[in-house]
Amino acid sequence: MALEIMEGSIAIAQAVRRCRPQVVSAYPITPQTHIVESLAEIVANGELAADYITVESEFSALSACVGAVATGARAYSATTSQGLALMFEVCFNMAGMRLPLVMTIANRALGAPLSIWNDQQDSIALRDAGWLQLYAEDNQEAVDLHYIGYRVAEDHRVLLPTMVCFDGFILSHTYEPVDMLSQEEVDAYLPPFVPKYRLDAANPVSMGMYATPDYYLEFRYENDQAQKRALEVVREAGREFGKLFGRDYSDLVESYRMEDAETAIVAMGSICGTTKDAIDEMRAEGKKVGLVRIRCFRPFPAEDLKAALANVSRIAVLDKNISLGAGGATPRGAVALELKDALYGTSTPVLDYIIALGGRDVRIEDIKNVVAACEAGDGDRFYGLRTEVL
Amino acid sequence: MAIDKTCELFDCGHRACGGCGASLAARLFLKAAGPETIVVSSTGCMEVFSTPYPETAWKVPWIHSLFENASAVASGIEAALKVQGRKEKVVVIAGDGATFDIGVLCISGAFERGHDITYICYDNEAYMNTGIQRSGATPYDASTTTSPAGKVSMGNKRPKKDMPRILAAHGAPYVATASVAYPADFMQKVEKAINTPGPCYVQVHAPCCTGWGFDGSKTIAIGKLAIETGLWVNYEMVNGEVTKVKKVVRKPVEEYLKEQKRFRHLFKPARSTEEIAKIQAIADANAEKYGIDIKLPPKKDAGTD
Repeated sequence: MALEIMEGSIAIAQAVRRCRPQVVSAYPITPQTHIVESLAEIVANGELAADYITVESEFSALSACVGAVATGARAYSATTSQGLALMFEVCFNMAGMRLPLVMTIANRALGAPLSIWNDQQDSIALRDAGWLQLYAEDNQEAVDLHYIGYRVAEDHRVLLPTMVCFDGFILSHTYEPVDMLSQEEVDAYLPPFVPKYRLDAANPVSMGMYATPDYYLEFRYENDQAQKRALEVVREAGREFGKLFGRDYSDLVESYRMEDAETAIVAMGSICGTTKDAIDEMRAEGKKVGLVRIRCFRPFPAEDLKAALANVSRIAVLDKNISLGAGGATPRGAVALELKDALYGTSTPVLDYIIALGGRDVRIEDIKNVVAACEAGDGDRFYGLRTEVL
Repeated sequence: MAIDKTCELFDCGHRACGGCGASLAARLFLKAAGPETIVVSSTGCMEVFSTPYPETAWKVPWIHSLFENASAVASGIEAALKVQGRKEKVVVIAGDGATFDIGVLCISGAFERGHDITYICYDNEAYMNTGIQRSGATPYDASTTTSPAGKVSMGNKRPKKDMPRILAAHGAPYVATASVAYPADFMQKVEKAINTPGPCYVQVHAPCCTGWGFDGSKTIAIGKLAIETGLWVNYEMVNGEVTKVKKVVRKPVEEYLKEQKRFRHLFKPARSTEEIAKIQAIADANAEKYGIDIKLPPKKDAGTD
């Protein structure tokens, strides 16, 4: 293993190169730009035999991917925030057409007000679109999830597009040591894309037909079944990756110091790194605290979470998003909403903390404060709200 | 390469209205395009009447994604074919709403990038699939469900957008207008567009008996009248220059208007001479701009001397 210090975005671009996409179609948007700039350079230098389409919008970026994948090509795109919102219609369409893709999301807040900084509202807002969603804690994981993402998305048991989500700026613009697999290693893990159907004059098919009420429900059922099958396919692909390269991603949720934990934090993405440090400090102080990190949000690993959280007394959810208007009198984010659904029928209290929206920094002290509040039964609220500016 | 007119790649049994100009356009363009073609459709009448799952009228590879993104989808197909070393041609077929209005962003991008695609707009001059609402292609004074003629309105307030010129301004090497009423001309133009490298555009006038209000047996006659009155001009533009125009001995626009319910308010309850004159002026301007008038020798007066 040869560790290289790389900016997150550059590492992603290098990983994408090794996945050998034949068509790259993307539009610049902060904080995703370094990925697509770097890929443009890679193509310009002849290091990747891809057609790079410099589209006029994110809407066309993903639409071009629909055409490319339907023609049997492996394709790639990357976006964030407003760009992902502009792709909304295509996202549902692509999943419904069962066209596999990997798209990187450099997670960023959604306007208004305009914010270029990180939270996870953008991809969370598309959790019903039919895509798989994987969330990385650090750049090594973000890189590896691209190889795994293609392998799962293109698996004929799945055939669904996949978002690999990593936190904008916090990861995308941060230099970290990354073990970059060689082309040969990636080729050994990720076979070429073999489409189940493709646009081909030798064997004409019609794609994207309209469905009457006699058929539509069944299409949606099949789509959901593919998500359900993906639970095992993600585990399988993560396990195989571990066997070959030593980093095992077979768990859809990661448990950190959960042995004998009384308070569990549940979160996704880079905030988990800070949380782990906080937990180490709290453990040293004798507090029984652990972390359950959700790596795979779609499909949602309800059973895995239920098992991981079976023995705790209370749960604090760190939600870097908010489902505005949800939760009755108290605020609620998507992770808490879905976790409560998974834990329905158990008596473990789940307290939600809306935190780190629009790039608000979270430090070790903040995690400790959340744990203290949770232990006191004080939750289902915004964390760090500056009441003086309201 | 000669067009194989016996080639039928748009199957019968689809759900179009009897006398549908758009379905005729589909059948004709595929004769010219041939089997080595990948077709991209926008959402609209043609997509719906030709592909009710699990049936399809398309005997070539066909894809529909969304209303406004056909040219972006086509861009991705063309890019993939290029990388894979494949030779199929990519043809978009989309209605005027998808082309003139909601799809302009994607079309502009695809044409500016210079993809090797042929874009055919079947222009039936309104959103027919949703029930005859006006589009940027709806002609002046046409009554639609969103531009209805009423006590204080004579129908659609604006003339048609000049989409062919907009795409010619993008540097499209070949732009043409055609009509389903002139099938041989339309097929030749499609063939030319497909065989011209780069993004090419063909806008085919496709009368809609349901939306315009005429009997389904008169589709071709109505299409011809549009040409003969100068309200539709068939022409070709190569590298931005008009190179060929269909010339006619022009008839008064009234002959075209009075055949269609969408213009009925111009005649009933009272003849609106002023509005008809405005539409005549549009035809006159077309005639002037494209030089379509055939000048007949002056008639000799019989019976003198």
